[in-house]
Amino acid sequence: MSPYLDKLLEINGVEKNFDIPSGFFAKQILHALNDITLTLYRGKTLALVGESGCGKTTLGKTILGLYPPSKGSIRFKGEEISRHTPSQRGALQQKMQMIFQDPYASLNPRKRIETILEQPLHLHANMSKQMRRKSILSICEETGIDPASLQRYPHQFSGGQQQRIAIARAMILHPELILADEPIASLDVSIQAQILNLMMQLQKKYHMAMLFITHDIAVVRYVSDFVAVMYLGEIVEYADKETLFNHPVHPYTQMLFASVPTLHNHIVKESLQKQNEIPSPINLPQGCFFADRCPLKVATCTQAHPELATYNKGHLVRCPVAP
Amino acid sequence: MKHLYAFTSRFFKSKRALFGGVLFLLFTVAALFAPLLTPQNPYDLTQIYLQNSFLPPGSSFWLGTDEMGRDIYSAILYGLRTSLYVGIASTLFSMLIGLGMGLVSGYFGGWIDRMIIRLADIQLSFPAILIALIIMALWGQGINKIIVAITIVSWVYYARTVRSVVLQEKEKEYIEAARALGMRHHHILFGELLPNVLSPVIVLATVRIAYAIILEATLSFLGVGVPMTKPSLGTLISNGYEVLFSGDWWVSIFPGIVLMLLIIAINLLGDRLREVLNPSGGF
Amino acid sequence: MALLQLHNLHTYFFTETGIVKAVNGINFSLERGEILGLVGESGAGKSVTGFSILGLIDPPGRIVEGDIFFNGKNLLQTDASTYRTIRGNQIASIFQDPQTSLDPVMTIGSQIIESLQAHHPHLDKKAAWRRAVEMLEHVGLPAAKKRMHAYPHQLSGGMKQRVVIAMALLNNPLLLIADEPTTALDVTIQAQILYLMQTLVKDFNTSLIFISHDLSVISQICNTVAVMYAGRIVEYGDKSILLSDPKHPYTKGLIASLPTLEKSKKHLTPIPGTMPSLSNLPRGCYFKDRCPLADSQCDHYPEERIVAGRRISCHHI
Repeated sequence: MSPYLDKLLEINGVEKNFDIPSGFFAKQILHALNDITLTLYRGKTLALVGESGCGKTTLGKTILGLYPPSKGSIRFKGEEISRHTPSQRGALQQKMQMIFQDPYASLNPRKRIETILEQPLHLHANMSKQMRRKSILSICEETGIDPASLQRYPHQFSGGQQQRIAIARAMILHPELILADEPIASLDVSIQAQILNLMMQLQKKYHMAMLFITHDIAVVRYVSDFVAVMYLGEIVEYADKETLFNHPVHPYTQMLFASVPTLHNHIVKESLQKQNEIPSPINLPQGCFFADRCPLKVATCTQAHPELATYNKGHLVRCPVAP
Repeated sequence: MKHLYAFTSRFFKSKRALFGGVLFLLFTVAALFAPLLTPQNPYDLTQIYLQNSFLPPGSSFWLGTDEMGRDIYSAILYGLRTSLYVGIASTLFSMLIGLGMGLVSGYFGGWIDRMIIRLADIQLSFPAILIALIIMALWGQGINKIIVAITIVSWVYYARTVRSVVLQEKEKEYIEAARALGMRHHHILFGELLPNVLSPVIVLATVRIAYAIILEATLSFLGVGVPMTKPSLGTLISNGYEVLFSGDWWVSIFPGIVLMLLIIAINLLGDRLREVLNPSGGF
Repeated sequence: MALLQLHNLHTYFFTETGIVKAVNGINFSLERGEILGLVGESGAGKSVTGFSILGLIDPPGRIVEGDIFFNGKNLLQTDASTYRTIRGNQIASIFQDPQTSLDPVMTIGSQIIESLQAHHPHLDKKAAWRRAVEMLEHVGLPAAKKRMHAYPHQLSGGMKQRVVIAMALLNNPLLLIADEPTTALDVTIQAQILYLMQTLVKDFNTSLIFISHDLSVISQICNTVAVMYAGRIVEYGDKSILLSDPKHPYTKGLIASLPTLEKSKKHLTPIPGTMPSLSNLPRGCYFKDRCPLADSQCDHYPEERIVAGRRISCHHI
């Protein structure tokens, strides 16, 4: 691993709460993100892993500016961006782009592909028609889109092709940071590898930072350089890939790994049958959020909320009890 | 152009759509060229003679005459003009208003949305006929007044449909992608959302044209629509209503049949449009 | 005698844009207590197979050829009302989204009781209630008695799926067809539901057809695996034989393109191209356009043969 890491995005103490109206006048608070501190480096992929409701998608959208954080700071290339909406961020915004989970839903069904690809250029670049056309053809070549199909509509493409178009749209402005939210989850298995390879290729070529949000642990193993495991809005473990996979420390991480089916393991066994449900992000428990389901639980776990502490160099764990 | 051709040929693959289309075309042509196709201008009082009143269908007056001596056939063709004019004009206006209100309401939410919804709800709690009736009774007769009245009554349906589509589409990733790109609100509203809202609106419009035509016919039937000297299909039906059971059946029945066929034609086209526009994402 | 036997089944959909040959000649059999994994990508025809067995193919779809023998009867020659009885009692089904399988306006308890009383009219409310609670406890739903009064939206995804499984197994069916039952669940919950299904199948001696696109999930509980591609079965045999030593190029390609948890794969080798359109199938082997071994032989659809302990359709084995 290269010792030189160039910081591109710094997230510090970010919190995000949503107001949920409940009943006529009452309001409840949904704590989607609690105290998130992360750094993204140029040319490196950080995988954000967690199950549904852990807040990983919310974090991605907060970074992008679709939600303002309730607390904390987000600095992109040194500039504070958390208080600005995407349209207020001006030129900086084109340097970070997002790829969504559902490729069909992320493309306007009434627009031709060429129009969709041209849009970012219209918004951010000052180009003549010929230059735009050139840009489009060049990105089509890089992402494997047939230029003859530029006049078609999204529904005329397969899921994999639609995701290529979404990737092309994200790449056409040559961003420095890509946020990918479950980019292959809704694709057929034999296509997933195609798209993953494409993304990694592009990342390498343009030395981009990538935040890869996913619930699929096996994919994490393949694409990531660093991994952050999220649970109920918090990071519970953070390390580089090899460390995390060889030596997962947090009990939740271990539970996750033990539950992932592969062709060769045997996860269907009695020992995994924990009956306790995940707490609600509206009524977060006192102390450690994972305590109720944790095999290592002791008395102190329900009293004090654990901090994300250094377990080893570069390896952070939110569990004072783990050996 | 090639897309339009493909669309049209697919549209008319359905026999019912073909039937509706031909019928509607027939009526439109008849209405447009009415002066050329009729022996008499029923709105010109100098061409009508009272002594011709209530003549049964025959050689000189194909479909008979009404109580003023008007040739029913001519009156139907001229009446069609009114029906189509009122139907299309009021639909266009209410569509535009409804589109605007629905887009703003659905996209921005908040107090604007609440206000528009309240307005719509209040209006919808009254029967459309009643509102139109009150407007016309207070305002007086006249073709353009009818158009305004029907527009006032109808915009709500478009607004509601548009709003619900916007609420759905607003959450979709392509809108988020547009926002993430830094697109501003008006650009998103008219550039991204509008094209997706149009298709259900067009389908609704084809249904509502029929309703607008019926509304006008009803108002005229009740005597608050078009002036008596320029009868629409509704007025004709109304005029003949009194003599319907005393033997002079042709005065009501023929305009009635034509009105019915017009509505059927529009409905068939609207049905087919609905079929063709959903569920594919394309056209 | 096998519980279920599919013989040369063809299910086609006659649409405006052409004939979609969703299932194009498949054969397999299922013994009592056997778990068969039907694996394939979207469009392979696995869900349509499930629906065909259930008799739920509606126009414009139709079973155009073949037989389905279930418990000695040919289902395709039974009348609608008998089929309906079989469907409720002897063949049960669960689907991917528990949200849509449960009635959102009825409590869990009333739904289960309704289902019980429909098939056992002599059962009184008290007895039905007891049986329902029993079943919920059996599927591991915590606080079963309390949950009888809950509405579906008050339960998590995993809990809802447990309820759906309970309802499916209520009438002790001989066959359970599960179409992507764990796909919408989190991975930790998935492990629990898979364990549940495996246990229940053993307890009740039910046969299970487990439909999924996820080979890894299939490998966890299935005894036999059938790999489907473009409406046909390309490889079919015992799970351990098939997955440890896949022979069909599609199966091999699928396994090679999956990222694995065990160790970092250096490369994922994707299968190039896409599945052919089911309304425009190529002549010969359907996989030939994406197959590294394709040659002129492949212009004729390969006969199914038995090789190395499994049934396979490929010229190059």
